[in-house]
Amino acid sequence: MNQSTPPIPAWGIPDPVRGVTGTEPLLAVDDLHVEFATRRGTVKAVNGVSYALNPGETLAVLGESGSGKSVTAQAIMGILDAPQARIPRGRIRFRGTDLLRLKEDARAQVRGRRIAMVFQDALSALNPVFTVGSQIAEMFRVHQGTSRRDAEARAVELMDRVRIPGARQRLHDYPHQFSGGMRQRIMIAMAIALDPEVLIADEPTTALDVTVQAQIMELLAEVQRDSGMGMILITHDLGVVADVADKIVVMYGGRIVENALVHDVYRTPAHPYTKGLLKSIPRVDRKGRELYAISGTPPNLLDMPPGCAFAPRCPYRQDNCTTEAPPLYRIGPTRGSACHYWREVLDGSHG
Amino acid sequence: MGRYILRRLLQAIPVLLGATLLIYAIVFALPGDPIASMYGDKRAPENVVNAMREQYHLNDPFIVQYWHYISGAFQGNFGRTFAGVEVSSIIASKFQVTLNLAFTALVMEAVIGVGLGLYAALRRGRAQDTMVLASTLVLISVPTLVTGFVLQLLLGVKLKQSTGIEFFPISGVADGLHSYLLPAFVLAGTSIAYLTRLTRTSLAETLRADYIRTAVAKGMPRRRVVGRHALRNALIPLVTYLGADLGTLMGGAVITETIFNLPGIGQELFRSVYERQQPVVVGIVTLLVLVYILANLIVDLLYAVLDPRIRYE
Repeated sequence: MNQSTPPIPAWGIPDPVRGVTGTEPLLAVDDLHVEFATRRGTVKAVNGVSYALNPGETLAVLGESGSGKSVTAQAIMGILDAPQARIPRGRIRFRGTDLLRLKEDARAQVRGRRIAMVFQDALSALNPVFTVGSQIAEMFRVHQGTSRRDAEARAVELMDRVRIPGARQRLHDYPHQFSGGMRQRIMIAMAIALDPEVLIADEPTTALDVTVQAQIMELLAEVQRDSGMGMILITHDLGVVADVADKIVVMYGGRIVENALVHDVYRTPAHPYTKGLLKSIPRVDRKGRELYAISGTPPNLLDMPPGCAFAPRCPYRQDNCTTEAPPLYRIGPTRGSACHYWREVLDGSHG
Repeated sequence: MGRYILRRLLQAIPVLLGATLLIYAIVFALPGDPIASMYGDKRAPENVVNAMREQYHLNDPFIVQYWHYISGAFQGNFGRTFAGVEVSSIIASKFQVTLNLAFTALVMEAVIGVGLGLYAALRRGRAQDTMVLASTLVLISVPTLVTGFVLQLLLGVKLKQSTGIEFFPISGVADGLHSYLLPAFVLAGTSIAYLTRLTRTSLAETLRADYIRTAVAKGMPRRRVVGRHALRNALIPLVTYLGADLGTLMGGAVITETIFNLPGIGQELFRSVYERQQPVVVGIVTLLVLVYILANLIVDLLYAVLDPRIRYE
C-alpha cells in the first residue's frame, strides 16, 4: 500500500460548515487503481485517481466513456464486477475509515444506507417485475426492519418528495408504466430513502430528453441542499456541470487530468483536454461555423501509450509528452493539471 | 383476459381437427391389414374379414372413413376397438396412470433441474459447475431407452438383490406413488438436463442485469439479491419450458410406460399403432394434442403473472 503523500494533498477548499481547511473530508479517494482481467489482457481502467468530497458539496467527475469515472464510483460503492475487477492499490476513506479494508458485511452496512447511488438508465436499473413501491419500501424493510405498511407509507412520502404526481395511487405500478423522468425520480427516491451522507449520481440524465434533464438536475440539487449530503455527479456533459457543481474533476484514460473549482475551469481551463471539451460545446454565437471536435480517438486501455495518455490528440504536444507521464501539477491552491505545458494552456497560446 | 382465453380456446378447434385428420391419415397409410393382424400367423376366415371390414367401414374410401369417425366424435362417440371396447372407456381407465407419471416427472424435473441449475449458476466456472454441466451432457446424450433399462436393472433389480429391500418397483403401478418414482425419473431425465442448463444460463444472465447491480448498491444482502431480485426474473423462461415440456413428457411416456409396464395411454398407444386400432390411436394422440394446447395456454397466462410487462387484451 502506498503510504507516501499523493502529489496533490486533500482539497484545500474552505469548508463552509467547519470553516477550516485540511480536516478529514467526508469521502476521500486516494491513489485508486482499478484493473480488469480480460481475455485480451489486463485493462487498467483507473490509474491513481484521488479526489475528496466534503459534506454539502457537489463534485462533478467529467470524462468520456472509458475514462474511468464510473469505475471509480463503482469502486466506492463496492459493486465492481466481482471476479474480473481488482483494486491493486489505493484507499477509499469514508469518514476516515478505509472502505477497501472493511469486511463485506461491514461494507454492506455502508452501501445504500450511508453511500447511495443513482444509475444512468432507470428503466434497466429498476427491477421490471416488482412494483416501484416495493422497491422503495425494500430499503426500509431490509435496512431498518420496518413493517410492510409503515415502509409503504414512507415510500409514498419519498415519492411525494421527488414529486411524482399521485404517489399513493402509483405505489403499485411497475417501472415500465412510468415515463423516463418519473423512473429516474423513483431511482432518486430509492437512493435518498435512508438519508445517505454521500450520493453518487452516475450520468443521471444521460438517458433523458433535455427538458426532463433539467428537472432531474434541479431535483438532485434540491435534495442535496435539503439534506446537506455530499454528491458526486458523474457526467460527460459540461453543460450539466456548471449549474450544480462546486468543483470538478476531469478524467481521461483512467487518470485525473485536471481538478479545480468549477468556475475556474470554465474561465481558464488548464489542460488541453478540458479546453477541447469546452470548445466543442455548441454555441449560438458561433452558429454556422464548423463545430470544434477533439481529433483522434480515446486511448486503448489495454495498451496505454507511455507518457501522457492525451498526447496523441493534443495540440500542445512536445517531444517529452510521449515519454514522460505528467504528474498532477499543483498549479494553484485549489487546482491541479496533469499537463507539462499547463502554463501555455492557461495563457491560451496555441489555442 | 377472458376474451383472450376464449380466443385461444377457439383457435384450438381447427388445430384439433387438423391433428385428427393427420393422424387418421397416417394410421390409414400404415401397411398391413388390421383384421388379418388380429389373427397373427393364422389365416383369417374370409367371411369374418368381410363382415368386420363392413362393420368398421374399412372398404370405404379414406375421407368417408374419416367422416364416419369425426361425425361420431362430435356426438361423443370416439369409436370402438376391433374387440368392441369403447375407445373413451380405454382412455378413461388409462389416462390417470399417464397423468400420474407425467406430473411426477414434471415435479422431479422442476425440483432437480432448477435446483441443480441454481447451484451451478452460483458456482459458475468452478469444479461443481463443470461437474453439473458434464453430467447434464451425459443425460442428454443417452437415449431414454438406455437410461430406462439400465436404471431398471441397477436401481430396481440389482439393488434389491444385494440389499433385500425393494427401493424402486420395476413394473406396474401397484405401489402407488412409489412405483412411479423410477419411471418418472427416467422419463424426466433429458428434460432435467435441459432445464438444469437453462436455469444456469437464465440465472447467470439475470445476475448480470443492471437491476441486480442496483439491488446490490441498495445494500441488499446477497441472499435477497439472488433469491428475490434475480430468481423472479430468471424464472420466466423456465416456466415456459416446464409448461411446454408437460406435453413432451406425456408423449414421451410411450417408451417409459412400455419399459416399466405401466398401464397408461403411452403403452396403449404403442399397442394400438401395432394393431392398427385407428380410433384408439387418433383418440389418444388428439388427447395429447389437447394437453399440449392447454399447457401452452396456461404457460402464456402464467407469463403475464410472472412478468407484469406482458398484458393480454
